[in-house]
Amino acid sequence: MMLLRIGRRLAMLLAVVFTAASLNFLLPKLAPKNPVETKLLQLTESGGALTDIREIVRAYEEKFGLNRPLLAQYGSYIKSTLMLDLGWSIAHYPARVMDLILRALPWTIGLLLTATLIAFTLGTLMGALLAWERSPWLVQALAPAVMVLAALPFYLLGLVLIYLFAFTWQLLPMQGGYGLTTLPGWTWSFALEILRHSLLPALSIVLASIGHWALAMRGMMITVQGEDYMAYAQANGLPPARRFFSYGLRNALLPQVTALALQIGHLAAGAVLVERVFGYPGLGNLLFQAIEQNDYFVIYGVVFIIVLMIATMMLLVDLLYPLLDPRVRMGGGT
Amino acid sequence: MNARLAGGLLLLGLLVAFAGLGALFVDLADAQPLSAAVARPPSAEYPFGTDSAGRDLLAVMVVGTLLTAKVGLLAGIIGIGVGTTIAFIAAYYGGWVDRVLSLVIDVLITVPGLLVLIVIASAWPGRMTTTLMALVIASLAWRDPARQIRAQVLVMREANYVMMARLSGRSGMAIIFAEMMPNLLPYLGAGLVSAVSGAILASVGLEALGLGPRHEPTLGMTIYWLIFEGAFLRGMWWWILAPLTVLVLLFVSMYLLLIGIDEFANPRLRRRA
Repeated sequence: MMLLRIGRRLAMLLAVVFTAASLNFLLPKLAPKNPVETKLLQLTESGGALTDIREIVRAYEEKFGLNRPLLAQYGSYIKSTLMLDLGWSIAHYPARVMDLILRALPWTIGLLLTATLIAFTLGTLMGALLAWERSPWLVQALAPAVMVLAALPFYLLGLVLIYLFAFTWQLLPMQGGYGLTTLPGWTWSFALEILRHSLLPALSIVLASIGHWALAMRGMMITVQGEDYMAYAQANGLPPARRFFSYGLRNALLPQVTALALQIGHLAAGAVLVERVFGYPGLGNLLFQAIEQNDYFVIYGVVFIIVLMIATMMLLVDLLYPLLDPRVRMGGGT
Repeated sequence: MNARLAGGLLLLGLLVAFAGLGALFVDLADAQPLSAAVARPPSAEYPFGTDSAGRDLLAVMVVGTLLTAKVGLLAGIIGIGVGTTIAFIAAYYGGWVDRVLSLVIDVLITVPGLLVLIVIASAWPGRMTTTLMALVIASLAWRDPARQIRAQVLVMREANYVMMARLSGRSGMAIIFAEMMPNLLPYLGAGLVSAVSGAILASVGLEALGLGPRHEPTLGMTIYWLIFEGAFLRGMWWWILAPLTVLVLLFVSMYLLLIGIDEFANPRLRRRA
């Protein structure tokens, strides 16, 4: 049973990754004028950096040349994509797409991971408290504001935060991952600089997503409170804190973790736009610059890598789930 | 009628009134570049100020709201239409047709929409229009309606009144349109609101990334231009304030509408509130 479940999940992951790679291959071909070829043609004609561009065009022809049958082109594209060979950047020629991505990746993962964990923890706790018999007044007072913030996309809230904290009050930096004059290095001052710059982007993700977690958790907690074991715990005279954490929260948490797996894609897409608004040097900004320069191999590469990361994360959450829920674990054992 | 639904309708009404009255009283041509003085703060002549390309921001907000609504409605309606059709095909024929369609829907729902839309939209560099934008977004907007409506149709197919109609020898089409559709209307309505708000969210996001129509002043393009031209660094607060206010109103109203409709259609949630 357990193996079958893992096998099915793995097949789903492969299907998703395969679809993403195929879309990257097919969509330019379906467009009225193949944008990749148009861009390459433009560059060859303008002849700015002639030798460099010829190299890309030659590599492109070798792989996608019109004299090759479509199926063969598709085959070699899928093969190199799955081996993470994403080609060269057109705009920054000698740079390979994968190197550009690897340089940007730590920024995105750091920002997204921290912000999501904070939002998940705070939101889940808040939702659970909202459904509890005696919720603190602070939680009650904050709830409507948090719910309204959940209506906004991350980047829009980001703009509001820039407007207030960076523009009007000038408390925090507006742009970038670190100051223009700072030299990157393993020092405390540089770490502090990174922290200061990541505060607003992280805050916009946290504030805009707490509400979603709180709303979902509140619903689950209300359902759980109607269960017999909650009444039994109370009848046994267990202290409220014990009933809240070990009986209520623990059981209501499971659907939240499933929701986390489903939300990862949404979060990553949201983070792309946040990075663009803040000029944060992660994948989102790389993607934005590639769009500005019609650097198609970078666009397709970044999209593919993000899809790959999302699919992997979903698989991981799915595999970790049995550790949280003994019922699934038991079911798998038989 | 509950408080959230009412709040959402009120905010949406405000925006509709703003765009409607604006379309009557404001010269919409001023939303194009070079039609007003450049980079002016709000004044009697330009109540919302002007941007660095000489667009009158009041006109931009009116036109932008209308264009953004157009993209959302067009993509949402196409999404619901195509989604419902696919749902009926899957549920009606069943068997391997249903299995293949369900698999396609499942895989596509897992692929993050905005990223795929980025790849699609980037194939039209500089030639994007709002209509094309709506079509691009509609190409993915059918996924959720298809899944939800399919589930509803599967339940409905076993209902007594459908059995009754089938036994009375009514044709497949007659059963779909006379028996099932009327009962699906609430779901279709809720699905439409959700699809339209999703489409607006996607369109503003794509536009902010620079994939939008460069010659049409939508709300998302206004966000793109103000970041691109460095409105913050130039201290042009009015340029930021106007689109932010309109977009925040728009998104909050749609969110309230969605929750409100959910509560309205699902009494179980109401009792908990």
